[in-house]
This record gives sequence, C-alpha cells and structure tokens, in this order.
Amino acid sequence: MSLLDLEVQAILVVTASACALPGVFLVLRRLALMSDAISHSILFGIVLAFFITRDLSSPLLIGGAALAGIVTVLLVEGLHRTRLVKEDAAIGLVFPVLFCIGVLLISGFLRGVHLDENCVLLGKPEFAPFNRLVIGGEATASAEHADHGHVMPTRGGIDLGPKSLWVMGIILIINLTFILLFYKELKLATFDASLAAALGFAPWLLHYGLMVLVSITAVGAFETVGSILVVALMIVPPATAYLLTDRLAWMIGFSALLAALCGVLGYWLAHPRMLDTCISGSMATVAGAMFSLVLLFAPQRGVLAVLRRRQQQRWDFAQLMLAIHLFNHEKTADAERENRIDHLQEHLNWDPRFARRVVRRAERRGLIRLEEEGMLRLTTPGRAAAEQALQLQ
Amino acid sequence: MIVSEAAADNLSEVNKETDIPAVEVSDLTVAYHDKPVLWDIDLTVPNGVLMAIVGPNGAGKTTLIKAILGLIRPVAGQVLIYGRPCGEQRRLIAYVPQRGSVDWDFPTTVLDLVMMGTYGSLGWFRRPGKAERERALRALEKVEMAAFAHRQISQLSGGQQQRVFLARALVQDAQVYFMDEPFQGVDATTERAIIELLRELRSHGRTVLVVHHDLQTVIEYFDWVMLLNVRRIASGPVSEVFTEANLRAAYGARLALIRNGGFTSRSTFQ
Repeated sequence: MSLLDLEVQAILVVTASACALPGVFLVLRRLALMSDAISHSILFGIVLAFFITRDLSSPLLIGGAALAGIVTVLLVEGLHRTRLVKEDAAIGLVFPVLFCIGVLLISGFLRGVHLDENCVLLGKPEFAPFNRLVIGGEATASAEHADHGHVMPTRGGIDLGPKSLWVMGIILIINLTFILLFYKELKLATFDASLAAALGFAPWLLHYGLMVLVSITAVGAFETVGSILVVALMIVPPATAYLLTDRLAWMIGFSALLAALCGVLGYWLAHPRMLDTCISGSMATVAGAMFSLVLLFAPQRGVLAVLRRRQQQRWDFAQLMLAIHLFNHEKTADAERENRIDHLQEHLNWDPRFARRVVRRAERRGLIRLEEEGMLRLTTPGRAAAEQALQLQ
Repeated sequence: MIVSEAAADNLSEVNKETDIPAVEVSDLTVAYHDKPVLWDIDLTVPNGVLMAIVGPNGAGKTTLIKAILGLIRPVAGQVLIYGRPCGEQRRLIAYVPQRGSVDWDFPTTVLDLVMMGTYGSLGWFRRPGKAERERALRALEKVEMAAFAHRQISQLSGGQQQRVFLARALVQDAQVYFMDEPFQGVDATTERAIIELLRELRSHGRTVLVVHHDLQTVIEYFDWVMLLNVRRIASGPVSEVFTEANLRAAYGARLALIRNGGFTSRSTFQ
C-alpha cells in the first residue's frame, strides 16, 4: 500500500464519519432528505461567497455554504407552514432551484474558474491528496502526478498532508464536540421537542445548530466526495445502525464505524487493481450493500429475524391450541375420540403432517405425551399452560 | 415517595404564599392565522386541586395547555404560574404530552426516557448521573414499571407507554402537572393506577391539570373542572360548575344525557 493509498483512505474515512454523525439525527428526526437539499443548495452559497472573495480557498466559502443551508431550511419550513405544500414537496421545490442558480452562475460568469459541475456531483477523492497544506514555500503537486501513485514533494516549506484531510478532520472534531456537548439536549429535543421546550431547552436552537453542522459538513465533504455521496453517507450508515441497536449512543458509534468501513471497502473496490472505477460510486454501492445485508440479517430487527420470530410464534400458538383442545376434552366422555393424533385434522382443521409436527414439538417441550394408538395426554406443565392461557389460574 | 426532601422544602416555600393561584390565565387568545382557537380565556386554578379540562373535539384543550406552557405564542393575554411568567417557573412545571406525539421507535430504553424528566433540573451540559438514575427507578416503581426499565420503548403497550410518561413527569418533582389525555387508549387497571397517583400528588399539595375526554368519570376523579369550547364556559369546583346547563353550553346538541346520572358526549362513542 502506497502513501497515496493511505492518504486517500484516511480522507475517505474521516469524511464518511464526519457525515454520518449529524446524519444520525437527520434520520431520527425524519429529516433525511434535508441532507439532499442542503448538500445541493450549498453550491449557491459557495458561488455567492466566491463572488465576494474571488478566492476558492477562502474560509468565507464555508460561511456562505452554511448560510445557504440555513436559507434552505427556512424556505422549506416557510413553504410548509403556508399549508399549501407538504414538507417533502417543499424540499423538492427549494433545493433544485438554489442548486441550479448556482450552476447557472458558474457556467455563466465563472467560466475560467475551476468549479466543475460534474465534480460537484461525484467528487474526485483520488485527487484530494494532491492539494496539500504546506507552511512556507509552495505546493507543486498537481493531479497530473496521480499516475505515479505517489505524492510529489513540495518545493521548500513543510508539508502537513492533504488539505482535505485537515478540513474534514476539523469538521469531524466539530461534529463530535457538538454531539458530545449537547448529547442529552439533542436526545430530548429529537424524541420529544415539546417537553424539551417546556423544560426550557430551546429545541429550535439545536435544530438550527444541527442544520449548520449539516451544511458545513456537506460543503467540506462535497469537495472531495461530491454531493451525491454526502447524501449517501449522511443517511445510509445511520439507517443501517438503527437496525442494529436500540440505544442512541450505540447508534451514533455504529454509524461512524460503518461509514468508515464504507470508506475503506469503497476505496479498494474502486482501486485500479479491482474494478478501476469511481470511488464515490463504489463507496455508495458498498453502503447500499451493507444496508441490504443488515436489513436481512440484523439480529433483532432484520427481515429474517422477524420471519423466524413469526414462525416461532406460529408453532407456539399451535402447541397452545393443542393443549387447550386436550384440556377441554380430557375429562369428558368423548376424550377417547377427540384426543387422538389422527383426529386433530378434523377438529382443529390441521393437515396431518402439520399436526404430527406440532405434536412432536409439544412432546419435546413436555406439554403432552403421545401414548399407544395415537392417544394424546396432557402433562402437568401442559395443563398449566392451557389453564394459564384460559386464565383459569 | 414521590416527594423528595428538597422538593418538600421547595414546596413549603411555595405554600407559604398559599393565596397565589397555581395557574392564572387572563385574556388569553390564540389563533391560527385568522381562525381563533381560544377566545379571551380567563382562568384561575387554585393551588392543590385536581382539575379536568373538558370540552368537545376541537375545543382547544391541548392548545390551552400548550399556550400556558409557552409552547404556542398567543395573540394576546397573560399567563402566570405561581405569580410569575412561565419562563421563570419552569422548575415548578411538569408536562405530559399526548402519547402519540412522540416516536416510540426511538432508540432508547424505558429508564432513559424516564430520566429525561430530570434534564430540566440538570440544565444545559450536565449529564444525568447515579442520583438521576435512582430517581428514575423509583418513579418507575411508583407506576409499577420497574421490571421494564431496560426494555426498548417500542416494546411497550399503550397503557405501559402512558405509565412511563407519567413516571417521567413524577421525576420532574414539580409543583404543577399538565397532562394531555393521560387516559387515552389505556386499560381500566392503568386508568385506576394513574388516577391513584394523581390523587397522591394532590394530597402532597401539588396541582394537577388534566385534559380529559370522558365526562362520566369527571365527578369521580376530579375536584375542579373547566368546561371549554373555544371560550371558557365555566370553571370551578366540580360540584358547582359541572351542571347540565354548562355542559349544554359547551357541547351543544352533541350532549346526550344518559339515565344512570352521568353525562356523556357522543363524541366519546365515535
């Protein structure tokens, strides 16, 4: 593994976990699509900020993006509050407009500037390490060196590593700090906003705080991985983690870990030695595959676990039905006729194969005894189970 | 015990000024755009009563509670809790929203949910610790849900959810409790258990306001009542204001008098 491999993976891991953290709260607040909206409309803010600063590396661009994020949220909520538009439609109305104004401004007025629309959507993480943070001196590395598989040394100055690793690292720390500081408040405001308000925790402040985080995370991340992957990383890992745990703290931890895993796996899947394809695309695909696997195999909430539980309930219920049937007839005159294995079909509407399997299971659990000539007798625990079900105890 | 030592001190301080009503609402008007939901409400709730707020669907019962708590901004009017604006008295207030207003699939446990009631006394940044855990566990014992402490909240039945919500209000250890339909969709046993707890709160000098739907149980459960239908029809002791005339004024033609002496509103049978 070359240094370049390592650096790209580090960038992807840091970016992915930075996105997943605020994503947890978006998913729990049913605002998942807000990430889609914000990650697109920030382009509008970036372009406006660029008009003012004329500098693509200015930190003001992040400020502009955060502002555009907030404007998006306000517009969506404003539209929704008119009661003329549903919230999901409001999201769909706002962000394409802002995004497209951004695109128009770029293609109309900023032709000479490197703000590639294609790159906005998909990003180019493989080139991210060539933009280096250097103190003193000048970075000379450029994307052309990508083929060499190593990072060019810089002329003079100290090379501190890829710039985007720094940017996303700082954003990751900001997100982590915010969630650690306001964990209790975020949890309450997300679960029960009206109690949060009644207790004097300003839920709207947390809401907009969260939206600012989503905006700055999106602007930091879209430069390297593009806005589509920003959406995937904000939604898919938290949605996956949601299926794996019923504790919020664990959900946050799992989300960050799963996102990081997407980064590493996605990178190697896209590697020239594997599929030789676009990293963003392969990361999103890995994320989707991960979600599908968890959806199927999650221990408690997974589709298979639910099916298995239903099946188990069906058997349990059938055994109980059998016990109750035997119980109701055991001391009556027709017990000899009713309580036989070959009569269950006629009395309980069971097909003979199913009846035999229920009897075998009930016998194994010690609820009944199968005697000669197919006679069925309740055991003491079997009778207790029937009495309990009939609430006779 | 619901009442902790510290809160009992707190309480006696409040009780020294016994003349101050728990809740005092004057000229409260709430509207959504130009549609009035509450018209010029005046209401005085004395300290230490168990009060029902009744009225037909759409009468503004929930809105009244939310406006008193400052969750909805009124067009006009003033609300005082023990003589001061609500914002200054948050520590004296506990609120139980409608059960359906939260997402019960939220990844958290019963104990955790109940501990949320302690967040108000913790304030910003401070995390709940051992003491808060103990308080939450005691409140869960109080509502007979201690065995469920570590369950995920999505596994609870409707009645259990309501008990847990009540436990969360109990740990708030407040002076005045606002409860929005605590009896909705709960079984008879739970309803009994809840009303017993509310009576216990009252016997400790607490004030309890309950949005209530079932007119038949008003006389049995409550000692104070408010009849509401956009405007205040009447409020006061149940024996004085829970009259047929007032009920007719609140419910209009929808009120059906039933023979066994109680009243019911047809809407409860819908």
